[in-house]
Amino acid sequence: MIDISFSVNLLADLQTMWQYDFMQHAFEAGTIVAIIAGIVGYFVVLRRSSFAAHALSHVGFAGAAGAVLFGVDPIIGLLLFTSGGGITIAMLGRRAASRDVQIGTVLAFMLGLGVLFISLYSGYATEAYSILFGEILGISYTDVLATLGASLVILFLTACVYRPLLFASLDEDVAEAKGLPTLLLGIIFMLLVAVATSISVQVVGVLLIFALMVTPAAIAQRFAKRPHQGIMISVFIALIATWIGLFVSFYEPYPVSFFITSIVFAIYLLTLLFQKIYESLLPGRSFNSNNEG
Amino acid sequence: MKGPLPPIITAKNLTVGYQDNTVWQDASFAIDHGEFVAVIGPNGSGKTTLFHLLLGLQQPVRGDIRVFDARPRRGNPHIGYVPQRHVIDADTTLESLELVRLGFSGNRWGLNPFSRNDRTAAFDALKSVGAEEFAHRSLGRLSGGELQRVFLAEALVSDPHLLLLDEPLSNLDIRREQELVQVIHNVVRSRDVTALLIAHNINPLLPVLDKVIYIANGRVAIGRPDDVLTSEALSALYGVQVEVLRGSRGQVAVIGTEENQHHYD
Repeated sequence: MIDISFSVNLLADLQTMWQYDFMQHAFEAGTIVAIIAGIVGYFVVLRRSSFAAHALSHVGFAGAAGAVLFGVDPIIGLLLFTSGGGITIAMLGRRAASRDVQIGTVLAFMLGLGVLFISLYSGYATEAYSILFGEILGISYTDVLATLGASLVILFLTACVYRPLLFASLDEDVAEAKGLPTLLLGIIFMLLVAVATSISVQVVGVLLIFALMVTPAAIAQRFAKRPHQGIMISVFIALIATWIGLFVSFYEPYPVSFFITSIVFAIYLLTLLFQKIYESLLPGRSFNSNNEG
Repeated sequence: MKGPLPPIITAKNLTVGYQDNTVWQDASFAIDHGEFVAVIGPNGSGKTTLFHLLLGLQQPVRGDIRVFDARPRRGNPHIGYVPQRHVIDADTTLESLELVRLGFSGNRWGLNPFSRNDRTAAFDALKSVGAEEFAHRSLGRLSGGELQRVFLAEALVSDPHLLLLDEPLSNLDIRREQELVQVIHNVVRSRDVTALLIAHNINPLLPVLDKVIYIANGRVAIGRPDDVLTSEALSALYGVQVEVLRGSRGQVAVIGTEENQHHYD
């Protein structure tokens, strides 16, 4: 290996990094995943479906582990299981998506199933580890292309259902009376989450999906007054965390997932602190309404 | 006064319910264009069921109901609806204009983020209910009365001919209640829409009402407030002797039903 010590010249650092294919692929896939997770995550938080989304990733673990056992690409198992799980949760209806106990029970069962599949497979440790915690530095060029393809599908679908999905998420009763197919929208939403989860697993793994899909969007929703602002903030935070995480991990021998989750967590804490200070300095006003006359 | 126009709503021998549980039966009535109608009655008497029928969310068990001289259907663009809501997500920072905007274009597929048109329409709707000053305030920060105005604007933004308002006055103090009644009354008169409003307490509405639909005991009575809110009419409806008392300013109290102590203050 050539000299890869950190220099103050960030551009030169990046150039050094991108001489390595694995770093290039990691940045490409990480960027795509951060954008998608930021967008889909906004709707996850808006619909208060973060636990359902979390559960989906665990369903995905069983799928990925099963795929590994049968010698198929893990992404196939992920997509199949998360889509199936997503449709099931959506069919149970909006209120069912917040039934913690039922979803949690299935979640635990799916993790157990995943453990069984992994133990039946001889390559045990590394495969399980990368599904659970992500392995972005092992992403191939084909993986990047597959991620890009899936992302374009998500972007296209989201653009199609953007306004009806917002409406149904914010005001379901009126949306239904207006003739919107709220059940179908719920299914489309969960399918978006399923595909987004499947591609995010490569970066942060099933256990850490929250860091990319929920926390950035939750931070965004503490500020944004308009949905597209929320989506942009959410994407921005996910991108920053992913980029800095990858950058730092090039020099430090610790997992990328650790850096990404830590950065997101730090931004979350800073936001809370910032808002508290702001509100105590200007009593009676909230941070998010600072642009009022 | 609107003689030549056909009624907005007509019901003939209407019976509604769920499977073998009848909610109310054999109701026949007509609501004319431009009328402001209160729907009142005890909890669980089937007031919201009437709205679900009109919105096409539920089918009648027997009889016939027609809205704008047609069968009710879900997604009728001529109906503005404010469902019964006790709370809105208190954490949401989205501004009220965005919710009203969704009432205008939220049922359209595809992206259209650069449209100024729907934001203008949303702002006008907020203005028409005197809510323009909190157009850019977060929904989670609005008071009950302010929220109800935003919901009203959300229903009005698509320029409906019929408004269905499910308990917009609940949880408001007396002053806010009167303000909101005034706002709704202005909307009904200035836009020439027909409005049905479900309420627990009819008193703040009495000065502005054209008709009352009183649902109790599985039956429906309809007429001018002075005709329906009498001891004779309500005794016949409830099937037990009840008494209607009048206050010095015309306020109504119904004595002899279980719910009177709480809902008629």
